[in-house]
Amino acid sequence: MSISLRNVRKDYDQQTKVLEKVSAEVQTGEFFVIVGPSGCGKSTLLRMIAGLTPITDGEVRINDRVVNELPPKARKLTMVFQNYALYPFLSVWDNVAFGLKARKLSQSDVQNRVNNALKMVNLTDFKNRKPRELSGGQRQRVALARAVASDADICLMDEPLSNLDAQLRIRMRQEIYNLQRKLGLTLIYVTHDQVEAMTMADHIMVLNDQHVQQIGTPAEIYQHPANEFVAQFFGTPQINILPAKRSAENSHLLTVGSNDMQVALNEEVPADQLRIGVRPDELTISRADSVDSNAVVKNTEFLGNETIVYATLNSGDNVRAVLPGQVNFRGYEPIKVQVGSHLLFFNNDGERIGLTKEEAVHA
Amino acid sequence: MLKSPATHSSTAPVTSDKAKSKAERSESGFWLNAKDKYYAWIFLGPSLLILGVFIFYPMFRTLYLSLFLTNTVGKPTVFVGLSNYINLLTSADYLSSLGVTMVYVLAVTVITIALGLILANYASKQLAGIGIFRTLFSATMGVSVSVAAIFWLFIFNPSTGFLALVSNWLHLPQINWLTDPGWAMLAVIITTVWMNLGFTFLILLGAMQSVPTTLYEAASIEGATPRYQLFHITIPMISPTLFFVSIITLIEGFKSFGLIDLMTKGGPTNATNMLVYRIYKDAFYSGNYAQASAESLILTVIIAIFTLIQFKVLEKRVNY
Ligand SMILES: Nc1ncnc2c1ncn2[C@@H]1O[C@H](COP(=O)(O)OP(=O)(O)OP(=O)(O)O)[C@@H](O)[C@H]1O
Ligand SMILES: [Mg+2]
Repeated sequence: MSISLRNVRKDYDQQTKVLEKVSAEVQTGEFFVIVGPSGCGKSTLLRMIAGLTPITDGEVRINDRVVNELPPKARKLTMVFQNYALYPFLSVWDNVAFGLKARKLSQSDVQNRVNNALKMVNLTDFKNRKPRELSGGQRQRVALARAVASDADICLMDEPLSNLDAQLRIRMRQEIYNLQRKLGLTLIYVTHDQVEAMTMADHIMVLNDQHVQQIGTPAEIYQHPANEFVAQFFGTPQINILPAKRSAENSHLLTVGSNDMQVALNEEVPADQLRIGVRPDELTISRADSVDSNAVVKNTEFLGNETIVYATLNSGDNVRAVLPGQVNFRGYEPIKVQVGSHLLFFNNDGERIGLTKEEAVHA
Repeated sequence: MLKSPATHSSTAPVTSDKAKSKAERSESGFWLNAKDKYYAWIFLGPSLLILGVFIFYPMFRTLYLSLFLTNTVGKPTVFVGLSNYINLLTSADYLSSLGVTMVYVLAVTVITIALGLILANYASKQLAGIGIFRTLFSATMGVSVSVAAIFWLFIFNPSTGFLALVSNWLHLPQINWLTDPGWAMLAVIITTVWMNLGFTFLILLGAMQSVPTTLYEAASIEGATPRYQLFHITIPMISPTLFFVSIITLIEGFKSFGLIDLMTKGGPTNATNMLVYRIYKDAFYSGNYAQASAESLILTVIIAIFTLIQFKVLEKRVNY
């Protein structure tokens, strides 16, 4: 079951335009994650695929058939809601059976499917409980069991893990991933958590500001972000974005900050001004005396296996660097910051431009 | 902290004080001492007085009178034990009143709840112009019994009434709504339902709007029709409220008086002679206070039983 979105638009009214020109292809059996900041229209997009919210313009296709006008039940999909949407007056078993009974399946069929689904999510022992007698993780699994029992090939999930604590989130992440693979589900999964997106997705769609920012595999998104927004959205701590200037003497040379660092390119620098992106773990930091230094340490955070160093360059730009192990700096200790070999280049509109770096040259 | 000798010496009178008050308490049991008693009566007095005069005295007086024969001004004359009750419960006339009341109360409750549900379910959908409907449906809440009675008397009027005009136009036989024993009950039921509907509608609508929309969305994705959703989501979700309004409607039905008085006066041929109206006639027209008292107590018991049954039946389905 493939899903395809073609130039989908959504305006709630004249003032609230939520999505524009959203296009994507989701292949059968794919784990497709929609990610973006709060309020960017992720839920709206998912609800349009489900048929719960009308589409202003464009096409939603399921298996190459336009489904814009099809009611939700005719789309043959299931949806897991953020608040799970469990019926408080029904037992776990009846919650899972609800949709099957509504579709008037035979009694033995309902029995089989519900029992199998509950077994799959390890809830057989809880089948007679009411939702209020379950923990958050168990409720979550009831919602999953409902999706499993329905036997639909497409499953939509709207931030299904956002109500759970960190530990449980990691475990449920695994369970959802395994379930998706085992059942061969075409899964569209909405989240605002970049870690969930990175760890589970076959493809990620990044939404922001009414538009699709990028669609790609987690590796593509991380290594070749389409723009500054995507680069900043993925990776913790956040990527460093620093202003850079073409050197007056050498058009292949970029000066980052105020002569602090220089980067030589294989080609001519295309503009007077641009910006470079450096992941925190691509920065190297060495102790230096005040003459040699180009930055001072503001703060450090020790995380056990690594240390995050917050520093201010002489140019006034703040940078974050990740160093392995435990590293101690005094406050305002002078240091020398150097960029590594993996650099991203952005033009002034924040779009990434494909430039290659020759080598790092330090003033 | 240092303890001064003074603290030590002061402990002695304290213990003796405690011992004394303990002795005092055990002496007087749970009764309060004179000063506390004084305050207790000051605080409880007014409400006890009001309850006593307006609730307890009439209640016990009714019970008392129902065991006597009374004269025309309501003074008890001869003690007759339970014979007032026995007479009533063996009188075909009274039993028919009882039957009529049951039919009325059950019909009113069932129809009111059913219509209220349908209207509220319709109005809870986000449809265009629904605000007008909500206002219309709930408008009867502001209508008094007498206005409603007059309004419906006009509608039921056999020569100039709206229903007469319609049936005339459709060439249907004329119905003497309020004077035909076969139709009077229906007329009274319709009027009562109409009056109850505004309140029921508003309460049910409020309950329906508090059901999370994702429940319906999840159901519609899973293939549940709107009808299925009404019976399998809405009704179970609002069952506490449904329970509440059905009890209120039922009890109000048993207590129906004004409408009967204004529309049929219990007639024709006792076809709408409900229990309360009957009590009123027995007491204030026939001056049979003893019998009216016995009827009042029977009615009280009936209402109590129905309330209990409803609690028991709905208890299971209400709890989730
Ligand atoms: N029914 C509605 N009417 C008008 N505007 C709406 C409606 N539903 C959502 N919006 C608006 O559309 C935008 C996108 O909402 P949406 O719920 O899709 O965001 P989201 O990406 O899912 O956010 P979150 O991560 O917080 O769940 C928001 O600005 C919201 O205010
Ligand atoms: Mg959302």
